[in-house]
Amino acid sequence: MIGGASAALAGGALIGLSATILLVSIGRVAGISSIVGGLMEGRRDGLGWRVAFVAGLLAGAVLVAWMIPGSIVPRPATLSPVGVAIAGLLVGFGTQLGSGCTSGHGVCGLSRLSKRSLVAVLSFMSAAALTTFVLRHVLGGAS
Amino acid sequence: MRLAVAFVAGAVFAIGLGLSGMTNPERILGFLDVAGRWDPSLAFVMLGAIGVHLVPARWAARAPRPLLGGDFDRPVKTATDSTLVAGSVLFGIGWGAIGYCPGPAIVDLVAPSSSLVVFVVAMLAGSAGYRYVHRPAAHTGAAPASAG
Repeated sequence: MIGGASAALAGGALIGLSATILLVSIGRVAGISSIVGGLMEGRRDGLGWRVAFVAGLLAGAVLVAWMIPGSIVPRPATLSPVGVAIAGLLVGFGTQLGSGCTSGHGVCGLSRLSKRSLVAVLSFMSAAALTTFVLRHVLGGAS
Repeated sequence: MRLAVAFVAGAVFAIGLGLSGMTNPERILGFLDVAGRWDPSLAFVMLGAIGVHLVPARWAARAPRPLLGGDFDRPVKTATDSTLVAGSVLFGIGWGAIGYCPGPAIVDLVAPSSSLVVFVVAMLAGSAGYRYVHRPAAHTGAAPASAG
């Protein structure tokens, strides 16, 4: 593996830079689930910057897939199609109910030293680790 | 100008995700699998992101206006309640099952597998479902901040 921790640190710094650009220049929070949720609501106010941000995400994705081969490639899931759909529903509904995901609570909220975001991060990290544990070591046979 | 800034921010975000390894759900599950062959390297993503964003976020908390004008979109909910925890736990179960959180799932759409398409459609449906149910409250202004 090429530079696992250092690439993670550099990539994380870019994510922090993105959140900074958005917050400092136009006062918006780089929380992906909130941006997507706002789009799904179909409200006209705040539509423009959300669409522009998601378009930027996809453009950046094309760029990084080309710059770093293997970073973005099709990957088959380890779950059944029904399992994949349930996971998607949980991620979509859960992030809206909890007002944020890894970016909104994890990056933006923790940077703001928000107690609410800290509670959210601890909740979803422990739920995720427990789920992975159950699926891999209790139900599945993975080592 | 605001749209151009948002576009650039989105592009930088996606490049950061791709560089860091967050776009590979196997890496995510390896990070979450503390009882298996644990790969803690993705903790550095959070470290790098917060390291860069910490000071600007403090500035934004006190500044009257963003640099390009308009208002700061400040989070209205402040209560650490059961709704926050329940939503976060549901999200964590889905994330821990498949290894995709919302950002990487959208970014990976440029090289989709059929299961990723199913995941994103379900994720959008779950988001839309919640927003639809809570739409009346969301339009009444500040009142929902104390609800739940």
